[in-house]
This record gives sequence, C-alpha cells and structure tokens, in this order.
Amino acid sequence: MSPRPAVTRIKRYSMEERVVHWAAAIAYCYVLATGLAFYSPHLYWIAVILGGAPTSRFWHPIIGVVFAAIMAIMLRSWVGDMRITAVDKAWGRAMNRYIENEDEALPPSDRFNLGQKYFFWVMVWGGIGLLLTGAILWFPELIPWNLRFLRYGAILVHVACALITIGAFIIHVYMGTAMVRGGFTSIIRGEVSPAWARTHHRLWYDRVTGK
Amino acid sequence: MANLRIQRISGHAGTVAGLGTQRQEQVAKLIDTTTCIGCKACEVACMEWNDLPFRETTFNNTYQTMPDTAWNYWTLIRFNEHPREDGSFQWLMRKDGCMHCADPGCLAACPADGAIVQYQNGIVDFQQDNCIGCQYCVAGCPFNIPKFNAQTKRVFKCTLCSDRVGQGLEPACIKACPTGCLHFGTKDDMRAMGSARAQQLRDHSGFANAGVYDPPGVGGTGVMYVLHDITNTEAYGGLPADPHVPWTVRIWKGPLKWLGNLAMVGGLIGVTLHYLRFGPKQVKDDSPGGAK
Repeated sequence: MSPRPAVTRIKRYSMEERVVHWAAAIAYCYVLATGLAFYSPHLYWIAVILGGAPTSRFWHPIIGVVFAAIMAIMLRSWVGDMRITAVDKAWGRAMNRYIENEDEALPPSDRFNLGQKYFFWVMVWGGIGLLLTGAILWFPELIPWNLRFLRYGAILVHVACALITIGAFIIHVYMGTAMVRGGFTSIIRGEVSPAWARTHHRLWYDRVTGK
Repeated sequence: MANLRIQRISGHAGTVAGLGTQRQEQVAKLIDTTTCIGCKACEVACMEWNDLPFRETTFNNTYQTMPDTAWNYWTLIRFNEHPREDGSFQWLMRKDGCMHCADPGCLAACPADGAIVQYQNGIVDFQQDNCIGCQYCVAGCPFNIPKFNAQTKRVFKCTLCSDRVGQGLEPACIKACPTGCLHFGTKDDMRAMGSARAQQLRDHSGFANAGVYDPPGVGGTGVMYVLHDITNTEAYGGLPADPHVPWTVRIWKGPLKWLGNLAMVGGLIGVTLHYLRFGPKQVKDDSPGGAK
C-alpha cells in the first residue's frame, strides 16, 4: 500500500490576519452581550453575569473603542481584497444559487466572495455608526442643549446600527462554522485544501498557485 | 420610600408589584411665576434638606449666580429680562427643576432595572443604587434635568422631597417660599388653583395670555407653572412650549424593539432552517490526488 501523496495546503490567512480577526471577534462579542443587556430588560441578566450592570456599562464603551481600533487595522489589511468588482456583481445576480448550494452555477470568486465583502462592509460602516453615536451617548453632557437632536438621534442610530451588525453576525457565524466546512479551520490554522480553494475561491486559487 | 408604592419601573421585565395597590392622590407642585421675587430661598431649602454639598457661585452681572442645575443643585431660579413690545422690560423668574412628568422620558429611556421609579402619587424618583451611569435619562428628558456625577457615575435630580411627602410633609422648597408663590397639594387642587390664578391675571391684571403650564405632550406634569404669557414659554429660561418624550426614544422602545427581536430570532431560525433544508456546502474534489 503506497502512502498517499502529501497534500499541499494553501495559506489563506496570515498569522496577523487571524489574530486581528479573533481580537475583533472577542471585542464584538463583549459589546454585543453587554449591549443586548441594555437593549432589553429581559436580557438584563447578561450584564449581571458579566460582573454587574455598572461594570458592564463601564467597559462597554471602552471595549467598543477597542473594537473600532481593531476594525481599523482589519480595514487596512483587507480593503484591497474587499473591493466589489464586476465579477462580484455577476455573482450577486446568481446569489440564490449560492444559497441553495448549487455552487457550480456561480461565477468564480476571488479571495472573498460578494457575501463576505458585504459582511465586511456592514461591520465597517456599522462600526463607524456605532462609534460616532456611541461617543455622543458616552458624553451626552458635552452636547449643548440646542444640539440635543444629536442625543435623540444617537439613541436610535446606535441601536439600529447594532441590530444590522447582529443580523450580519448571525449569518457570518452560521456560514463560517456550519455551512461552509473548512472555513472555521481556515481562520484558526490559516490553511485550506486546494480543493476547498478551487471550489469556493477559484480566482484566488488560480492567482496564488500561478495557474 | 417604603411607604410610597411604585407604579412604574425603568428597564423592568415583568409586573410592577406596587401598581394599583395603594389609594393615592396624584400630588403636584404649583409654581406661580407671577408672584415669585427670585429670592432663591427655595434653592437654599433644597440644599439644606437634602444635605447637598455646596457649589461655587458665579457672577456675570446678573442675578443668575448659578448658571445651571447640577447633580448637587436640583432647583434653580432662571432669571430673564424679557423685552416687551412697548420697549419696556419684564423681569421673568422661573424656579426650574424636575417636572415629574406623568409620562417621564427619563424612565422610558432608562435601561437599568429599578434605577428610575414612579410612585403611585406620581413622583418620579431616581434610585442611585440601581443606576448604572449610562445617562440615557439625560438624552430622554425633554427638560434637560438629570445631571451626572462623574465621580460616582450616578445621575441625580429633584426627588420632589419624596422622603418628606411620604411622611405627609410638603417639599422643603414649599416651606421656604416667603411670597407663597409655591404651592403643594393634589394635582386636581393645584390645577384648580392655577386656573383660578390665571383667570385673575387675565381679568384683572392685564395679562391676556396668562395660563397654566401643564404640558400634555408628557402626560401632564407634577410641577405646574402659572405664567403671565403661556404663548411665550421659551422666555421663561427656555421652558419648552410643547415638550415630548423624544420620538426617537419612542421608536427605539416601540417598533424598533419588535423589529429587532423579530430580526434576531428570525435570523437564528432562518439559519437553522437553511441548514436543515440545504445543509453544508460540498467541496468538489476535482484534484488529481483526490485529497480533500
């Protein structure tokens, strides 16, 4: 019985990219959990578990700023890969095929497909909205009374941005763990199999393997 | 106060134990700005009764020696020299402080369980032990009343002397007023007294626009004003003409919450159904070695 040929794994995420991803994930989960506690009285118990509501309130904005800083690093390293191209638009028109797992019928994607790019930009723009409105909510007494519409607006925009990112986050976690097998390993170990790369990111595969 | 039962609680899931369990009249303070002389005795009485630490006064060539209310300065007379159409001045003085709204914006906006309560008699009170210092009440109040203490990370305001009222006493400011422009009693009595005074001002004192300030946009208030000119409330140190709980707070606590809950729960159900219907994606194994 001859040994199977060694499989070449393809590097998909550098160490730095993975560290940034997981730092963002941890920071986001913290502000998500504490934010949900303040979102609904029925979820206030989350703040109690996380060390009490005043503690949660103390850390929520600070970790929020940490999240924004990590997102800035992520934006710098991925902005080139996240530009939406003509190929993506064709992919977007056929997105139902993707949802129904008929991937053969889709135009090939580059390093990230349109869905991943959408998620990225939702988190970037949602994060910017949360940062700006969060700053107002953090220091409302610095907003002059005649600019009080900023306070009122910040309340609504903050929670609206949060809900949009939560929707995207649910889909992201589902796809990264259950739907696209190999995706979760790739963001932990940084590597994928050639078959995985060809199936999901053909253009990227061709580019990095020089084919 | 233990003997004042609570009818409304901020950030609270479930029932409110005190709701409807006590026979209580709505209480109210009536402030007759037409007989206020701006002596600030009410300010001193408030500081005295509540043992509030002193603040530095300021001087800018007016009587406004305290620029604004503060976490340790709950009531304040706002002075305004109001130019009349005939060129003369009218000196307006209004005792500012928490209005004890029947429909309080602070309470609606507060996410902390039990940090803001409304007693059966209508007094809106902050419970600093439950406060988390988020200052959403600051954003929710249409009168700019709650004030933040940066050291303790808690918010403070006038309690309408709930500790005194709970014992059958009037608020401290009422006791101190030398002209009797401050009144305290049931909301109905105060409303009637204010209306009679406004009528008197209209009929006998030449104030054709005199009226009682009890804004319906916040469900009426537990602190009412008699004003010489009800059509120009802003002249009284920025008293809003038609205050409302901010509509953004209403949308946030109403439709947006339901929409958000639906989206979050729907999202979780949606991805679960997707997995049951379509399952995970298959990697097409088209490599020569056949490795996955």
